[in-house]
Amino acid sequence: MGNVLLQYATVLVLSIFVGIEIIAKVPSILHTPLMSGSNAIHGVILVGSMLVLGSANTNLEEVLGFLAVILATLNVVGGFVVTDRMLEMFKAKSPKAPAKKTDEVAQ
Amino acid sequence: MSRETLIDLLYLFSATTFVLALKGLGSPKRARMGNGVAALGMLVAIVATFFKYVDGHALHHVGLILLAMAIGVIVAVPTARFVKMTAMPQLVAIFNGVGGGAAALVSITEFVHIKATHPATYVTLEVLLGVLIGTVSFSGSAIAFAKLQELMTGRPVTYPGQQVLNGIFGLGAVVLIVIILSTNSTPLLWVLLGLAFILGIAFVLPIGGADVPVLISLLNSFTGLAVAASGFTLGSNLLIVAGTLVGASGILLTRLMSKAMGRSLANVLFSAFGSNVTASGDTERADGRSVRSGTPEDVGVLLNYSSRVVVIPGYGLAVAQAQHVVRELAEELEKKGIEVFFAIHPVAGRMPGHMNVLLAEANVPYEQLVEMDEANSELQTADVALVVGANDTVNPAAKDDKSSPIYGMPIINADLAENVIFLKRSMRPGFAGIENELLYNPKTMLVFGDAKDTLTKILATVKNG
Repeated sequence: MGNVLLQYATVLVLSIFVGIEIIAKVPSILHTPLMSGSNAIHGVILVGSMLVLGSANTNLEEVLGFLAVILATLNVVGGFVVTDRMLEMFKAKSPKAPAKKTDEVAQ
Repeated sequence: MSRETLIDLLYLFSATTFVLALKGLGSPKRARMGNGVAALGMLVAIVATFFKYVDGHALHHVGLILLAMAIGVIVAVPTARFVKMTAMPQLVAIFNGVGGGAAALVSITEFVHIKATHPATYVTLEVLLGVLIGTVSFSGSAIAFAKLQELMTGRPVTYPGQQVLNGIFGLGAVVLIVIILSTNSTPLLWVLLGLAFILGIAFVLPIGGADVPVLISLLNSFTGLAVAASGFTLGSNLLIVAGTLVGASGILLTRLMSKAMGRSLANVLFSAFGSNVTASGDTERADGRSVRSGTPEDVGVLLNYSSRVVVIPGYGLAVAQAQHVVRELAEELEKKGIEVFFAIHPVAGRMPGHMNVLLAEANVPYEQLVEMDEANSELQTADVALVVGANDTVNPAAKDDKSSPIYGMPIINADLAENVIFLKRSMRPGFAGIENELLYNPKTMLVFGDAKDTLTKILATVKNG
Protein backbone atom coordinates (compact mmCIF):
# COMPACT_ATOMS: atom_id res chain seq x y z
CA MET A 1 0.00 0.00 0.00
CA GLY A 2 2.94 2.27 0.60
CA ASN A 3 3.53 2.53 -3.13
CA VAL A 4 0.00 3.72 -3.75
CA LEU A 5 0.38 6.41 -1.10
CA LEU A 6 3.64 7.51 -2.67
CA GLN A 7 1.98 7.70 -6.07
CA TYR A 8 -0.79 9.92 -4.66
CA ALA A 9 1.77 12.06 -2.87
CA THR A 10 3.63 12.55 -6.16
CA VAL A 11 0.43 13.73 -7.84
CA LEU A 12 -0.23 16.05 -4.88
CA VAL A 13 3.17 17.69 -4.96
CA LEU A 14 3.18 18.18 -8.73
CA SER A 15 -0.34 19.61 -8.60
CA ILE A 16 0.73 22.16 -6.00
CA PHE A 17 3.40 23.45 -8.35
CA VAL A 18 1.05 23.53 -11.32
CA GLY A 19 -1.60 25.33 -9.24
CA ILE A 20 0.83 28.04 -8.20
CA GLU A 21 2.43 28.35 -11.63
CA ILE A 22 -0.74 28.78 -13.70
CA ILE A 23 -2.17 31.70 -11.81
CA ALA A 24 1.02 33.59 -11.06
CA LYS A 25 0.19 36.46 -13.41
CA VAL A 26 -3.51 37.24 -13.29
CA PRO A 27 -4.78 40.82 -13.68
CA SER A 28 -6.71 41.96 -10.63
CA ILE A 29 -9.95 42.38 -12.58
CA LEU A 30 -10.01 38.63 -13.09
CA HIS A 31 -9.51 37.71 -9.44
CA THR A 32 -13.22 37.34 -8.82
CA PRO A 33 -13.98 35.16 -11.85
CA LEU A 34 -10.89 33.08 -11.12
CA MET A 35 -12.02 32.51 -7.55
CA SER A 36 -15.46 31.59 -8.77
CA GLY A 37 -14.11 29.31 -11.50
CA SER A 38 -11.85 27.42 -9.13
CA ASN A 39 -14.82 27.20 -6.80
CA ALA A 40 -16.66 25.31 -9.53
CA ILE A 41 -13.67 23.04 -10.11
CA HIS A 42 -13.54 21.78 -6.55
CA GLY A 43 -17.13 20.74 -7.16
CA VAL A 44 -15.46 17.63 -8.58
CA ILE A 45 -16.19 16.31 -5.09
CA LEU A 46 -19.43 15.29 -6.80
CA VAL A 47 -17.52 12.35 -8.26
CA GLY A 48 -16.48 11.35 -4.74
CA SER A 49 -20.04 11.83 -3.49
CA MET A 50 -21.38 9.55 -6.22
CA LEU A 51 -18.84 6.88 -5.31
CA VAL A 52 -19.72 6.89 -1.60
CA LEU A 53 -23.46 6.85 -2.23
CA GLY A 54 -22.96 4.20 -4.92
CA SER A 55 -21.17 1.93 -2.47
CA ALA A 56 -23.35 2.65 0.57
CA ASN A 57 -24.29 -0.46 2.58
CA THR A 58 -26.11 1.05 5.55
CA ASN A 59 -28.89 3.59 5.96
CA LEU A 60 -26.49 6.02 7.60
CA GLU A 61 -24.17 5.88 4.60
CA GLU A 62 -27.10 6.33 2.26
CA VAL A 63 -28.35 9.44 4.06
CA LEU A 64 -24.89 11.01 4.29
CA GLY A 65 -24.06 10.11 0.70
CA PHE A 66 -27.38 11.46 -0.56
CA LEU A 67 -26.76 14.78 1.21
CA ALA A 68 -23.21 14.85 -0.18
CA VAL A 69 -24.46 14.45 -3.76
CA ILE A 70 -26.98 17.28 -3.31
CA LEU A 71 -24.40 19.66 -1.84
CA ALA A 72 -21.77 18.75 -4.41
CA THR A 73 -24.23 19.26 -7.28
CA LEU A 74 -25.06 22.70 -5.90
CA ASN A 75 -21.34 23.46 -5.87
CA VAL A 76 -20.67 22.28 -9.42
CA VAL A 77 -23.72 23.70 -11.14
CA GLY A 78 -23.89 26.94 -9.16
CA GLY A 79 -20.16 27.46 -9.53
CA PHE A 80 -20.06 27.11 -13.31
CA VAL A 81 -23.23 29.13 -13.92
CA VAL A 82 -22.14 32.04 -11.71
CA THR A 83 -18.70 32.13 -13.30
CA ASP A 84 -20.18 32.08 -16.77
CA ARG A 85 -22.52 34.91 -15.84
CA MET A 86 -19.61 36.99 -14.59
CA LEU A 87 -17.53 36.33 -17.68
CA GLU A 88 -20.43 37.06 -20.02
CA MET A 89 -19.86 40.69 -19.04
CA PHE A 90 -16.33 40.61 -20.37
CA LYS A 91 -17.18 39.49 -23.87
CA ALA A 92 -18.41 42.92 -25.10
CA LYS A 93 -14.85 44.10 -24.74
CA SER A 94 -14.01 44.28 -28.46
CA PRO A 95 -12.25 47.60 -29.10
CA LYS A 96 -15.06 49.45 -30.83
CA ALA A 97 -18.08 47.82 -29.28
CA PRO A 98 -20.76 50.47 -29.32
CA ALA A 99 -23.28 50.57 -26.51
CA LYS A 100 -25.73 48.61 -28.56
CA LYS A 101 -28.15 47.52 -25.96
CA THR A 102 -30.00 50.10 -23.93
CA ASP A 103 -31.57 47.51 -21.73
CA GLU A 104 -32.84 49.01 -18.53
CA VAL A 105 -32.10 46.13 -16.25
CA ALA A 106 -34.95 45.90 -13.84
CA GLN A 107 -33.37 46.07 -10.40
CA MET B 1 -8.88 -1.76 -23.01
CA SER B 2 -10.61 -2.52 -19.76
CA ARG B 3 -13.50 -0.48 -18.46
CA GLU B 4 -11.46 0.86 -15.53
CA THR B 5 -8.63 2.01 -17.80
CA LEU B 6 -11.05 3.83 -20.04
CA ILE B 7 -12.66 5.59 -17.06
CA ASP B 8 -9.23 6.56 -15.73
CA LEU B 9 -8.34 7.98 -19.13
CA LEU B 10 -11.51 10.06 -19.11
CA TYR B 11 -10.59 11.29 -15.61
CA LEU B 12 -7.19 12.26 -16.97
CA PHE B 13 -8.94 14.24 -19.68
CA SER B 14 -11.03 16.01 -17.02
CA ALA B 15 -8.00 16.84 -14.90
CA THR B 16 -6.34 18.32 -18.00
CA THR B 17 -9.35 20.53 -18.71
CA PHE B 18 -9.21 21.85 -15.15
CA VAL B 19 -5.59 22.90 -15.58
CA LEU B 20 -6.36 24.53 -18.93
CA ALA B 21 -9.40 26.25 -17.42
CA LEU B 22 -7.46 27.82 -14.58
CA LYS B 23 -4.88 28.97 -17.10
CA GLY B 24 -7.61 30.45 -19.31
CA LEU B 25 -9.28 32.23 -16.42
CA GLY B 26 -6.14 34.29 -16.05
CA SER B 27 -6.63 36.10 -19.34
CA PRO B 28 -9.67 38.23 -20.24
CA LYS B 29 -9.89 36.83 -23.76
CA ARG B 30 -9.90 33.16 -22.87
CA ALA B 31 -11.61 33.30 -19.49
CA ARG B 32 -15.10 32.38 -20.63
CA MET B 33 -13.85 29.60 -22.83
CA GLY B 34 -11.76 28.32 -19.94
CA ASN B 35 -14.81 28.07 -17.77
CA GLY B 36 -16.67 26.20 -20.50
CA VAL B 37 -13.79 23.78 -20.97
CA ALA B 38 -13.80 22.98 -17.25
CA ALA B 39 -17.57 22.45 -17.32
CA LEU B 40 -17.12 19.99 -20.19
CA GLY B 41 -14.39 18.16 -18.28
CA MET B 42 -16.64 17.99 -15.24
CA LEU B 43 -19.49 16.55 -17.28
CA VAL B 44 -17.22 13.87 -18.73
CA ALA B 45 -15.99 12.93 -15.24
CA ILE B 46 -19.53 12.68 -13.87
CA VAL B 47 -20.83 10.56 -16.74
CA ALA B 48 -17.78 8.28 -16.56
CA THR B 49 -18.34 7.78 -12.83
CA PHE B 50 -21.76 6.25 -13.48
CA PHE B 51 -19.96 3.36 -15.19
CA LYS B 52 -17.40 2.84 -12.48
CA TYR B 53 -17.17 -0.28 -10.33
CA VAL B 54 -16.75 0.16 -6.58
CA ASP B 55 -15.98 -2.70 -4.21
CA GLY B 56 -16.24 -5.00 -7.22
CA HIS B 57 -19.76 -4.14 -8.29
CA ALA B 58 -21.51 -1.46 -10.35
CA LEU B 59 -22.76 1.66 -8.53
CA HIS B 60 -25.71 1.07 -6.21
CA HIS B 61 -28.49 3.58 -5.73
CA VAL B 62 -28.21 5.11 -9.21
CA GLY B 63 -31.80 6.31 -8.81
CA LEU B 64 -30.95 8.07 -5.56
CA ILE B 65 -27.88 9.65 -7.14
CA LEU B 66 -29.94 11.02 -10.01
CA LEU B 67 -32.62 12.27 -7.61
CA ALA B 68 -30.05 14.09 -5.46
CA MET B 69 -28.48 15.60 -8.58
CA ALA B 70 -31.86 16.76 -9.83
CA ILE B 71 -32.55 18.47 -6.50
CA GLY B 72 -29.16 20.18 -6.68
CA VAL B 73 -29.69 21.39 -10.24
CA ILE B 74 -33.21 22.66 -9.54
CA VAL B 75 -31.95 24.75 -6.63
CA ALA B 76 -28.63 25.88 -8.10
CA VAL B 77 -29.54 27.05 -11.60
CA PRO B 78 -32.21 29.65 -10.75
CA THR B 79 -30.15 30.86 -7.78
CA ALA B 80 -27.03 31.31 -9.87
CA ARG B 81 -28.88 32.79 -12.85
CA PHE B 82 -31.16 35.32 -11.23
CA VAL B 83 -29.42 36.63 -8.15
CA LYS B 84 -28.39 40.27 -8.61
CA MET B 85 -24.83 40.91 -9.78
CA THR B 86 -24.22 42.93 -6.62
CA ALA B 87 -24.90 39.79 -4.58
CA MET B 88 -22.27 37.78 -6.47
CA PRO B 89 -19.72 37.56 -3.63
CA GLN B 90 -22.13 35.95 -1.18
CA LEU B 91 -23.23 33.55 -3.91
CA VAL B 92 -19.65 32.42 -4.41
CA ALA B 93 -19.37 32.05 -0.62
CA ILE B 94 -22.39 29.80 -0.35
CA PHE B 95 -21.50 27.60 -3.34
CA ASN B 96 -18.06 27.21 -1.83
CA GLY B 97 -19.53 26.34 1.55
CA VAL B 98 -21.69 23.53 0.18
CA GLY B 99 -18.63 22.13 -1.60
CA GLY B 100 -16.80 22.04 1.73
CA GLY B 101 -19.82 20.39 3.31
CA ALA B 102 -19.91 17.77 0.56
CA ALA B 103 -16.19 17.02 1.04
CA ALA B 104 -16.72 16.58 4.79
CA LEU B 105 -19.72 14.28 4.21
CA VAL B 106 -17.78 12.18 1.70
CA SER B 107 -14.99 11.72 4.23
CA ILE B 108 -17.40 10.80 7.02
CA THR B 109 -19.31 8.34 4.86
CA GLU B 110 -16.09 6.72 3.75
CA PHE B 111 -14.98 6.42 7.38
CA VAL B 112 -18.22 4.65 8.28
CA HIS B 113 -17.86 2.46 5.21
CA ILE B 114 -14.31 1.26 5.72
CA LYS B 115 -14.17 1.26 9.52
CA ALA B 116 -14.94 -2.46 9.80
CA THR B 117 -11.91 -3.28 7.65
CA HIS B 118 -9.53 -1.57 10.12
CA PRO B 119 -7.94 0.85 7.66
CA ALA B 120 -4.34 1.94 7.92
CA THR B 121 -3.64 4.93 10.15
CA TYR B 122 -2.84 7.18 7.22
CA VAL B 123 -6.23 6.48 5.67
CA THR B 124 -7.99 7.50 8.87
CA LEU B 125 -5.82 10.62 9.03
CA GLU B 126 -6.91 11.61 5.51
CA VAL B 127 -10.54 11.10 6.50
CA LEU B 128 -10.18 13.24 9.60
CA LEU B 129 -8.41 16.03 7.74
CA GLY B 130 -11.13 15.97 5.11
CA VAL B 131 -13.80 16.26 7.81
CA LEU B 132 -11.98 19.02 9.67
CA ILE B 133 -11.10 21.23 6.69
CA GLY B 134 -14.35 20.64 4.83
CA THR B 135 -16.46 21.50 7.85
CA VAL B 136 -14.47 24.62 8.70
CA SER B 137 -14.99 25.74 5.11
CA PHE B 138 -18.72 24.99 5.37
CA SER B 139 -19.49 26.85 8.57
CA GLY B 140 -17.02 29.63 7.79
CA SER B 141 -18.60 30.22 4.39
CA ALA B 142 -22.05 30.27 5.99
CA ILE B 143 -20.97 33.09 8.31
CA ALA B 144 -19.26 34.93 5.43
CA PHE B 145 -22.53 34.63 3.50
CA ALA B 146 -24.51 35.97 6.46
CA LYS B 147 -22.13 38.92 6.75
CA LEU B 148 -22.30 39.88 3.09
CA GLN B 149 -26.04 39.33 2.90
CA GLU B 150 -26.35 41.57 5.99
CA LEU B 151 -28.16 38.88 7.94
CA MET B 152 -25.71 39.85 10.66
CA THR B 153 -23.31 42.75 11.16
CA GLY B 154 -20.68 42.94 8.44
CA ARG B 155 -18.16 44.33 10.89
CA PRO B 156 -15.71 42.20 12.84
CA VAL B 157 -17.23 40.54 15.90
CA THR B 158 -14.72 40.51 18.73
CA TYR B 159 -14.79 39.55 22.39
CA PRO B 160 -12.12 39.31 25.08
CA GLY B 161 -9.86 36.30 24.82
CA GLN B 162 -11.04 35.54 21.30
CA GLN B 163 -7.67 34.59 19.88
CA VAL B 164 -6.87 32.41 22.89
CA LEU B 165 -10.23 30.67 22.61
CA ASN B 166 -9.72 30.11 18.87
CA GLY B 167 -6.29 28.69 19.65
CA ILE B 168 -7.89 26.29 22.13
CA PHE B 169 -10.46 25.19 19.54
CA GLY B 170 -7.70 24.53 17.01
CA LEU B 171 -5.58 22.64 19.53
CA GLY B 172 -8.65 20.67 20.65
CA ALA B 173 -9.24 19.56 17.07
CA VAL B 174 -5.64 18.33 16.76
CA VAL B 175 -5.84 16.40 20.06
CA LEU B 176 -9.15 14.88 19.01
CA ILE B 177 -7.64 13.74 15.72
CA VAL B 178 -4.77 12.02 17.55
CA ILE B 179 -7.23 10.24 19.87
CA ILE B 180 -9.44 9.08 16.99
CA LEU B 181 -6.39 7.81 15.12
CA SER B 182 -5.58 5.45 17.98
CA THR B 183 -9.14 4.42 18.88
CA ASN B 184 -11.01 4.54 15.53
CA SER B 185 -14.01 5.76 17.53
CA THR B 186 -17.06 6.81 15.51
CA PRO B 187 -18.70 8.84 18.34
CA LEU B 188 -15.55 10.94 18.61
CA LEU B 189 -15.76 11.57 14.86
CA TRP B 190 -19.07 13.33 15.48
CA VAL B 191 -17.44 15.37 18.24
CA LEU B 192 -14.72 16.39 15.78
CA LEU B 193 -17.40 17.37 13.29
CA GLY B 194 -19.08 19.60 15.90
CA LEU B 195 -15.80 21.13 16.99
CA ALA B 196 -14.81 21.85 13.36
CA PHE B 197 -18.17 23.52 12.83
CA ILE B 198 -17.59 25.83 15.83
CA LEU B 199 -13.99 26.44 14.77
CA GLY B 200 -15.14 27.63 11.34
CA ILE B 201 -17.54 30.12 12.90
CA ALA B 202 -15.07 31.33 15.51
CA PHE B 203 -12.36 31.80 12.89
CA VAL B 204 -14.55 33.92 10.63
CA LEU B 205 -16.37 36.09 13.19
CA PRO B 206 -13.51 38.57 13.78
CA ILE B 207 -13.03 39.14 10.04
CA GLY B 208 -15.27 41.79 8.58
CA GLY B 209 -15.85 44.56 6.13
CA ALA B 210 -13.67 44.70 3.06
CA ASP B 211 -11.74 41.65 4.26
CA VAL B 212 -14.58 39.18 3.75
CA PRO B 213 -13.78 38.59 0.03
CA VAL B 214 -10.20 37.68 0.93
CA LEU B 215 -11.63 35.30 3.49
CA ILE B 216 -13.89 33.68 0.90
CA SER B 217 -10.90 33.13 -1.34
CA LEU B 218 -9.11 31.42 1.56
CA LEU B 219 -12.11 29.23 2.37
CA ASN B 220 -12.30 28.36 -1.33
CA SER B 221 -8.74 27.14 -1.08
CA PHE B 222 -9.66 25.14 2.07
CA THR B 223 -12.44 23.37 0.24
CA GLY B 224 -9.93 22.44 -2.46
CA LEU B 225 -7.68 20.89 0.19
CA ALA B 226 -10.61 19.02 1.74
CA VAL B 227 -11.45 17.62 -1.71
CA ALA B 228 -7.83 16.55 -2.14
CA ALA B 229 -7.98 14.78 1.24
CA SER B 230 -11.12 12.92 0.14
CA GLY B 231 -9.25 12.01 -3.03
CA PHE B 232 -6.56 10.28 -0.95
CA THR B 233 -9.19 8.34 0.98
CA LEU B 234 -11.12 7.27 -2.10
CA GLY B 235 -7.98 6.63 -4.10
CA SER B 236 -8.96 9.07 -6.83
CA ASN B 237 -6.25 10.89 -8.72
CA LEU B 238 -8.84 13.20 -10.24
CA LEU B 239 -9.96 14.49 -6.84
CA ILE B 240 -6.38 14.87 -5.68
CA VAL B 241 -5.38 16.86 -8.78
CA ALA B 242 -8.46 19.10 -8.86
CA GLY B 243 -8.52 19.68 -5.11
CA THR B 244 -4.82 20.47 -4.93
CA LEU B 245 -4.94 22.79 -7.94
CA VAL B 246 -7.68 24.81 -6.27
CA GLY B 247 -6.01 24.64 -2.88
CA ALA B 248 -2.64 25.86 -4.15
CA SER B 249 -3.90 28.48 -6.58
CA GLY B 250 -6.46 29.62 -4.00
CA ILE B 251 -3.81 30.38 -1.41
CA LEU B 252 -1.79 32.32 -3.97
CA LEU B 253 -4.90 34.22 -5.07
CA THR B 254 -5.70 35.03 -1.45
CA ARG B 255 -2.24 36.51 -1.04
CA LEU B 256 -2.60 38.54 -4.25
CA MET B 257 -5.89 39.90 -2.98
CA SER B 258 -4.52 40.98 0.38
CA LYS B 259 -1.59 42.55 -1.44
CA ALA B 260 -4.02 44.62 -3.53
CA MET B 261 -5.18 46.11 -0.22
CA GLY B 262 -1.61 46.74 0.89
CA ARG B 263 -1.83 44.30 3.79
CA SER B 264 -0.45 40.91 4.70
CA LEU B 265 -2.67 37.86 4.87
CA ALA B 266 -1.98 37.45 8.59
CA ASN B 267 -3.10 41.03 9.14
CA VAL B 268 -6.33 40.35 7.25
CA LEU B 269 -7.09 37.20 9.22
CA PHE B 270 -6.14 38.12 12.75
CA SER B 271 -6.31 41.87 13.26
CA ALA B 272 -10.12 42.28 13.47
CA PHE B 273 -9.62 45.11 11.01
CA GLY B 274 -12.14 47.93 11.20
CA SER B 275 -13.68 46.85 14.47
CA ASN B 276 -13.06 50.31 15.87
CA VAL B 277 -15.25 52.69 13.95
CA THR B 278 -13.25 55.88 14.14
CA ALA B 279 -15.46 58.09 12.03
CA SER B 280 -17.91 60.32 13.80
CA GLY B 281 -20.38 60.63 10.95
CA ASP B 282 -20.91 64.35 11.67
CA THR B 283 -20.82 67.08 9.08
CA GLU B 284 -18.86 69.30 11.42
CA ARG B 285 -15.76 68.38 13.32
CA ALA B 286 -14.35 69.34 16.67
CA ASP B 287 -11.73 71.54 15.03
CA GLY B 288 -14.46 73.57 13.36
CA ARG B 289 -13.87 72.39 9.81
CA SER B 290 -17.03 71.33 8.11
CA VAL B 291 -17.97 69.82 4.82
CA ARG B 292 -19.28 71.81 1.87
CA SER B 293 -22.44 70.43 0.38
CA GLY B 294 -24.03 71.26 -2.94
CA THR B 295 -26.94 70.37 -5.16
CA PRO B 296 -27.03 68.09 -8.22
CA GLU B 297 -27.58 71.22 -10.34
CA ASP B 298 -24.29 72.70 -9.10
CA VAL B 299 -22.57 69.54 -10.19
CA GLY B 300 -24.26 69.53 -13.60
CA VAL B 301 -23.08 73.06 -14.30
CA LEU B 302 -19.57 72.28 -13.12
CA LEU B 303 -19.41 69.21 -15.37
CA ASN B 304 -20.53 71.23 -18.38
CA TYR B 305 -17.57 73.55 -17.94
CA SER B 306 -15.06 70.74 -17.57
CA SER B 307 -12.93 69.17 -20.23
CA ARG B 308 -11.85 66.05 -18.39
CA VAL B 309 -13.88 64.12 -15.85
CA VAL B 310 -12.83 61.05 -13.90
CA VAL B 311 -15.60 59.00 -12.34
CA ILE B 312 -14.55 56.95 -9.32
CA PRO B 313 -17.22 54.37 -8.63
CA GLY B 314 -17.57 52.37 -5.43
CA TYR B 315 -19.93 49.83 -4.03
CA GLY B 316 -22.49 52.56 -3.24
CA LEU B 317 -23.00 52.96 -7.00
CA ALA B 318 -23.92 49.31 -7.29
CA VAL B 319 -26.20 49.40 -4.26
CA ALA B 320 -28.11 52.33 -5.76
CA GLN B 321 -28.27 50.45 -9.10
CA ALA B 322 -26.87 53.59 -10.68
CA GLN B 323 -24.55 51.92 -13.23
CA HIS B 324 -26.90 52.67 -16.10
CA VAL B 325 -27.46 56.32 -15.21
CA VAL B 326 -23.76 56.91 -14.79
CA ARG B 327 -23.16 55.37 -18.23
CA GLU B 328 -25.78 57.70 -19.74
CA LEU B 329 -24.15 60.66 -18.03
CA ALA B 330 -20.77 59.63 -19.43
CA GLU B 331 -22.24 59.33 -22.93
CA GLU B 332 -23.86 62.74 -22.67
CA LEU B 333 -20.60 64.33 -21.55
CA GLU B 334 -18.67 62.62 -24.33
CA LYS B 335 -21.15 64.03 -26.83
CA LYS B 336 -20.21 67.47 -25.61
CA GLY B 337 -16.55 66.66 -26.21
CA ILE B 338 -15.73 66.16 -22.56
CA GLU B 339 -13.36 63.30 -21.85
CA VAL B 340 -14.67 60.77 -19.34
CA PHE B 341 -12.80 57.97 -17.59
CA PHE B 342 -13.84 55.50 -14.96
CA ALA B 343 -11.10 54.94 -12.43
CA ILE B 344 -11.37 51.44 -11.04
CA HIS B 345 -9.66 50.64 -7.78
CA PRO B 346 -8.57 46.99 -7.65
CA VAL B 347 -10.80 46.33 -4.64
CA ALA B 348 -13.70 48.62 -5.57
CA GLY B 349 -16.98 46.89 -4.95
CA ARG B 350 -17.05 43.86 -2.74
CA MET B 351 -14.42 41.79 -4.53
CA PRO B 352 -11.47 42.48 -6.80
CA GLY B 353 -12.84 43.00 -10.30
CA HIS B 354 -16.40 43.29 -9.05
CA MET B 355 -16.75 46.89 -10.27
CA ASN B 356 -15.52 46.00 -13.78
CA VAL B 357 -18.19 43.35 -13.98
CA LEU B 358 -20.92 45.72 -12.82
CA LEU B 359 -19.92 48.49 -15.24
CA ALA B 360 -19.49 46.06 -18.12
CA GLU B 361 -23.00 44.85 -17.41
CA ALA B 362 -24.20 48.44 -17.85
CA ASN B 363 -22.41 48.63 -21.23
CA VAL B 364 -19.74 51.09 -20.21
CA PRO B 365 -17.14 50.75 -23.00
CA TYR B 366 -14.08 48.86 -21.89
CA GLU B 367 -11.63 51.54 -23.01
CA GLN B 368 -13.18 54.04 -20.60
CA LEU B 369 -12.28 51.85 -17.65
CA VAL B 370 -8.80 52.65 -16.40
CA GLU B 371 -6.91 50.91 -13.63
CA MET B 372 -5.61 52.66 -10.59
CA ASP B 373 -2.11 53.62 -11.75
CA GLU B 374 -3.28 55.02 -15.04
CA ALA B 375 -6.15 56.80 -13.29
CA ASN B 376 -3.74 58.53 -10.96
CA SER B 377 -1.85 60.05 -13.87
CA GLU B 378 -5.10 61.07 -15.60
CA LEU B 379 -6.33 62.73 -12.41
CA GLN B 380 -3.50 65.27 -12.42
CA THR B 381 -5.06 66.97 -15.42
CA ALA B 382 -8.69 66.29 -14.55
CA ASP B 383 -11.12 69.07 -13.80
CA VAL B 384 -13.51 66.97 -11.82
CA ALA B 385 -13.19 63.75 -9.85
CA LEU B 386 -16.71 62.44 -9.39
CA VAL B 387 -16.72 59.95 -6.53
CA VAL B 388 -19.88 57.87 -6.61
CA GLY B 389 -20.46 55.72 -3.57
CA ALA B 390 -16.77 55.14 -2.89
CA ASN B 391 -14.95 56.12 0.25
CA ASP B 392 -12.04 54.05 1.52
CA THR B 393 -10.48 53.70 -1.93
CA VAL B 394 -9.96 57.48 -2.15
CA ASN B 395 -9.08 58.06 1.48
CA PRO B 396 -5.78 59.99 1.68
CA ALA B 397 -5.23 58.59 5.18
CA ALA B 398 -3.88 55.52 3.39
CA LYS B 399 -0.97 57.70 2.21
CA ASP B 400 -0.40 60.18 5.04
CA ASP B 401 -1.71 58.81 8.30
CA LYS B 402 0.55 56.14 9.73
CA SER B 403 -1.92 55.44 12.53
CA SER B 404 -4.75 54.72 10.14
CA PRO B 405 -5.74 51.07 9.78
CA ILE B 406 -5.71 51.41 6.00
CA TYR B 407 -2.25 53.01 5.93
CA GLY B 408 -0.30 51.59 3.00
CA MET B 409 -3.29 50.62 0.87
CA PRO B 410 -2.84 52.00 -2.64
CA ILE B 411 -5.59 54.54 -3.35
CA ILE B 412 -6.95 56.58 -6.21
CA ASN B 413 -5.69 60.11 -5.69
CA ALA B 414 -8.97 61.91 -6.20
CA ASP B 415 -7.50 64.95 -4.45
CA LEU B 416 -5.25 65.61 -7.47
CA ALA B 417 -8.22 66.82 -9.53
CA GLU B 418 -9.28 70.49 -9.57
CA ASN B 419 -12.61 69.65 -7.96
CA VAL B 420 -13.73 66.63 -6.02
CA ILE B 421 -17.38 65.73 -5.86
CA PHE B 422 -18.68 63.07 -3.51
CA LEU B 423 -22.08 61.57 -4.07
CA LYS B 424 -22.92 60.03 -0.71
CA ARG B 425 -25.97 58.71 0.99
CA SER B 426 -24.90 60.11 4.34
CA MET B 427 -21.81 60.99 6.33
CA ARG B 428 -21.56 57.38 7.40
CA PRO B 429 -18.06 55.99 6.96
CA GLY B 430 -17.21 53.37 4.33
CA PHE B 431 -16.80 49.62 4.51
CA ALA B 432 -13.71 49.86 6.69
CA GLY B 433 -15.33 52.35 9.06
CA ILE B 434 -12.66 55.03 8.88
CA GLU B 435 -12.91 58.80 8.78
CA ASN B 436 -12.12 60.31 5.38
CA GLU B 437 -10.13 63.52 5.48
CA LEU B 438 -10.89 64.24 1.84
CA LEU B 439 -14.50 65.05 2.73
CA TYR B 440 -13.27 68.12 4.62
CA ASN B 441 -10.93 69.29 1.85
CA PRO B 442 -11.84 72.81 0.64
CA LYS B 443 -12.05 71.65 -2.98
CA THR B 444 -14.49 68.91 -2.11
CA MET B 445 -18.22 69.25 -2.54
CA LEU B 446 -20.68 66.73 -1.17
CA VAL B 447 -24.04 65.91 -2.62
CA PHE B 448 -26.17 63.85 -0.26
CA GLY B 449 -28.85 61.50 -1.42
CA ASP B 450 -29.42 58.31 -3.33
CA ALA B 451 -26.75 58.06 -6.03
CA LYS B 452 -29.25 57.15 -8.73
CA ASP B 453 -31.57 60.10 -8.02
CA THR B 454 -28.66 62.50 -7.78
CA LEU B 455 -27.10 61.27 -11.02
CA THR B 456 -30.45 61.52 -12.81
CA LYS B 457 -30.74 65.16 -11.75
CA ILE B 458 -27.15 65.86 -12.76
CA LEU B 459 -27.83 64.27 -16.13
CA ALA B 460 -30.88 66.49 -16.64
CA THR B 461 -28.84 69.62 -15.88
CA VAL B 462 -26.04 68.53 -18.20
CA LYS B 463 -28.53 67.92 -21.01
CA ASN B 464 -30.06 71.37 -20.61
CA GLY B 465 -26.76 73.17 -20.10
